[in-house]
Amino acid sequence: MSQHRIVITGIGLTAPNGNTLDEYRSNLLNKVSTIQNIETRYMGTVHAGVCDFDPLKYQTKKSVRIGTRAASIGIYCANEAIRDSGIDWENFDKSRVGVYVGTTEHGNVETENEIFNISQYNYDARFWTHHHNPRTVANNPAGEITINLKITGPHYAIGAACAAGNAGLIQACQMLQLEEVDFALGGGVSESIHTFGIFAAFNSQNALAKHEDPTKASRPFDMSRNGIVVSEGGCLYTLERLNDAKARGANIIAEVAGWAMNSDATDYVLPNPERQAQCMRLALNRAKKNVEAIQIVNTHATSTKQGDIQECEAINAVFGKSDSTYINNTKSFIGHAMGAAGALELAGNIPSFRDKMVHPTINVDELDPQCNVGKLVIGEPVELDRVDAIFNNSFGMLGINSSLVVTRFHD
Amino acid sequence: MTKQILNTMTKDGIKSIVLKIIAEIAPDEDLSSIAPEVRLRDQLELDSMDFLDIVMELRKQYGIEVPETDYQELASLDSCANYLEPKFAALQGS
Repeated sequence: MSQHRIVITGIGLTAPNGNTLDEYRSNLLNKVSTIQNIETRYMGTVHAGVCDFDPLKYQTKKSVRIGTRAASIGIYCANEAIRDSGIDWENFDKSRVGVYVGTTEHGNVETENEIFNISQYNYDARFWTHHHNPRTVANNPAGEITINLKITGPHYAIGAACAAGNAGLIQACQMLQLEEVDFALGGGVSESIHTFGIFAAFNSQNALAKHEDPTKASRPFDMSRNGIVVSEGGCLYTLERLNDAKARGANIIAEVAGWAMNSDATDYVLPNPERQAQCMRLALNRAKKNVEAIQIVNTHATSTKQGDIQECEAINAVFGKSDSTYINNTKSFIGHAMGAAGALELAGNIPSFRDKMVHPTINVDELDPQCNVGKLVIGEPVELDRVDAIFNNSFGMLGINSSLVVTRFHD
Repeated sequence: MTKQILNTMTKDGIKSIVLKIIAEIAPDEDLSSIAPEVRLRDQLELDSMDFLDIVMELRKQYGIEVPETDYQELASLDSCANYLEPKFAALQGS
């Protein structure tokens, strides 16, 4: 089987602190978090990452009304990414475009809303909306993107818990390698802040962040961390085979040099550092990189007591001997964007190839000694001589692990 | 609801109600020059799901049921008014 090289040619995103890559990157380098307090049904005030992109930039009012928030996020990201790619979209064969969107969960928001709706009518199911099924089918976020952009190639969503953003990107790479499509949109989205259930479940698990200052609530590796800040967001990449990208004179942003996914096979919730380390090594092997060749490891760490320690344990096992590897965390700014997390956090670091800066991890006032891993970048950005390779981790419940190696492009 | 219905019992009132519902479900449409005798689908970007929304809003807002066999009666504003007038009247009397 041919092993095409796969490159990133466009990035579209919305994060709680940025609706473009430039805005997002600027806020990561300037230590700006926009985590805020929101009111959510049954739960009252919770911390959340909220996006303020304009859905009407690419959608009609009617499609916003009928569709889902996850799809609106996806449509925004897809359009932005295609614009960024510079492809002649008008004349491109849409039957050769694939859409692969990672989601942690889908349908909770819409189902909760409908149950609330019929509760206003004495739970009479005649008041249940006919829009429920198209809104809650698992492919919804990807399917609405195809309708919006008139894409007739394959589309589906990839359920991979909080590894889904990476999983969507990986699936896009694989479909390009298989020559199933010629142009792919891959990444992930999250509408999770609109379901009270996710907050309530994390709260019941004693894993929901609480802090008097919401911008300080997401604090991976800090001694006083007490849980996750749930966020919405999205990030989709346009991906192409290198030869195709070069043939059309595309601006090549980076190369997806390697990836891996595996499963813990141990627990519903608790991570397994041994399997995480195994996943990281698999990705390095596929990219044919040793650990010294990686300048940045972007951690998954979600600000939970146990999860952060276990990831650090895994990173130490893999990268412990590398003096040239810096480690950071993007969730400290944007919270946990769930299905978007992997793709969005990677995007926050990709500008490092150009600006040579490693964005910091914020909110670490007292480093947990059990999280004292390698060259953890805390508080202030670090400038390097050169950034050639970024390593991105994303892990999720049911023991799903993903790692990506993204490199500066060179022929 | 009763007071509201009393004010909207005329055919013109019913047309206003239907137009208000359409404005909610098709917010991109210009409703300023809808011809009441012409099929709504010939003037607006409405599909079958939108008509289900109209049926749902009549149920939610006024307690009026439109059985599937009668959906064709909602084709134009005029036919809506003719079809819904006795239903609104029945509500007033109930």
